[in-house]
Amino acid sequence: MSGDGNPADWTHFPHEGDVGVRGFGRDMAEAFENTARAMTAVVVPLDLIRRERVIPVTCRAADPAILLLDWLNAVIYIMATEKMLFCDFRVRIDGETLEGEMEGENVVPERHEPSVELKGATLTELAVYRQADGRWFAQCVVDV
Amino acid sequence: MDPSQFQRIAPHRWQLPPTGGMRVPAVIIADEELIAAMDDKVGQQIRNVACLPGIVRAAYAMPDAHWGYGFPIGGVAAFDPDEGGVISAGGVGFDISCGVRLLATDLTADQVRGRQQDFAHELSRAIPAGVGSRGLIHLDDAGMDAMLSRGAAWAVAEGYGDAEDLARIEEQGCMTGATPELVSEKAKRRQRDEMGTLGSGNHYLEVQEVAQVFDKEAAAAYGLSKGQAVVMIHCGSRGLGHQIGTEYLREMALAAPGHGIALPDRELACAPIASPLGQRYLGVMRAGINCALANRQILTYLARAVLERFFPGVRAPLLYDVSHNTCKEETHEIDGTPRRLFVHRKGATRAFGPGMGHMPPPLSAIGQPVLIGGSMGTESWVLAGDARSEAAALSSACHGAGRAMSRHQAARTWTGSGIQNDLAAQGIIIKSPSRRGIAEEAPGAYKDVTRVVEVAEKAGLARRVARLRPLICIKG
Repeated sequence: MSGDGNPADWTHFPHEGDVGVRGFGRDMAEAFENTARAMTAVVVPLDLIRRERVIPVTCRAADPAILLLDWLNAVIYIMATEKMLFCDFRVRIDGETLEGEMEGENVVPERHEPSVELKGATLTELAVYRQADGRWFAQCVVDV
Repeated sequence: MDPSQFQRIAPHRWQLPPTGGMRVPAVIIADEELIAAMDDKVGQQIRNVACLPGIVRAAYAMPDAHWGYGFPIGGVAAFDPDEGGVISAGGVGFDISCGVRLLATDLTADQVRGRQQDFAHELSRAIPAGVGSRGLIHLDDAGMDAMLSRGAAWAVAEGYGDAEDLARIEEQGCMTGATPELVSEKAKRRQRDEMGTLGSGNHYLEVQEVAQVFDKEAAAAYGLSKGQAVVMIHCGSRGLGHQIGTEYLREMALAAPGHGIALPDRELACAPIASPLGQRYLGVMRAGINCALANRQILTYLARAVLERFFPGVRAPLLYDVSHNTCKEETHEIDGTPRRLFVHRKGATRAFGPGMGHMPPPLSAIGQPVLIGGSMGTESWVLAGDARSEAAALSSACHGAGRAMSRHQAARTWTGSGIQNDLAAQGIIIKSPSRRGIAEEAPGAYKDVTRVVEVAEKAGLARRVARLRPLICIKG
């Protein structure tokens, strides 16, 4: 964990070649937001990213795990094509539809010194469920 | 991973006979120490691959195998389309046709050392690297499709390199059967600014010294000699490949039940080769291969331009270019009968022995060059495909060292500037836009590539030709 945000809400878990990302929340949407924070923190500490632009995104999938996959891949796609980094995420989930927003700025290599590029979210260790304590849990391995 | 769960059937060959849903044995080519250092997930993943429909002979793990997604990194598996064989997006990976090429310059390492700082600086300015970097080439729709159809042959036709380069690239620089028209607009958009970029993570451009020659005849045929300066480029198909992997991993996972495929794990997402989805993936994956070949060709052009500025009249011919994340249609003899198979090599290098494949004469007599990239600051290797590799692992060998430590742990263990200083003291200059990236790629975070290579040789996969020591490393 990089120390950004609330350490109780997201974490990384080890994977030999790539990186595992995990988020928790009071509901599925919040767990998805925190998983995206964990994923961005693989690239750069979140507190180095300024809030300059908001990008909306919509995903649809019947399976919550596939919805998580689509959400993370949507974030990766915008990062790659807009050359941006994001520090905050807001997600609403209604049935099979996820409406999200991500807030951040363009990559400034000298200031951000991003460590690694995200290639895609994988199906490995992909899981979304409600824990026994009532909190939601979301995770997957991201190829870097 | 506990080696005792496998049967040792040869000094460097371990096997798990088929049990449960396994259709063929799972074979690990390694020694006891390398297996003990592997994650338990490698064993699980190679067993899972052995369960897939149409798999032929065995599911193999190379000496550098480590936990991947679906297939282990360092995994090899061949499938017969006439027996319901499958093609797997996870078995190729997100970085389609990620690979390594080596330029054998006519400079000595001492000549490079004489201008090492300035040369490193100019290379780092000329080679777009790191997150957010943009290439100098921006393709319109027609240009994108031409590049995806013709690969390095397109790049050479556009002026990026020499025609003789093409004979020194797998598939002669152009993967046939690509279908650019089926590549999604999102994948093409992701590539729009990334032609001729290195990427990040473990991708690099290195100037290296031939530190040791093990096989003089092979080295001479490859154009290598002790003390020579060479340039190694390690990268892949950039955003286009990543997006194709993203799209087809998802689609194959959801379509598997409809194809009657019961996956041991959803991460093994695959489709029958003969199915419309399998054929569609095959065409776009081949376009991804061409993208990687074109990308490495452009980077070669950029590196040669810097070489020429520093050392006018220098020659830097391409020794060879290998891809280590692919699925290729090849003919292999199975139980005495030649069969047309689709061979997945995920973090594994094709290692044709002498006379196999379509290599130019000096290479064909020796065997295919097998290029093994080291980690930043550690040695890389040139091997030669061994004739025994066909029986041992469908003419395949390892591809690198493999990580021994997670990125997070590495970043907590080292600092980027500390690593740069340590390597500078050893005569190695590291240039990267990210200090944290350097720390995550610290040499100590990787396994010992020398041991991997020694085992590959002893197991008959490929024999050692030369050891390369880095002088300059440009990283993303």
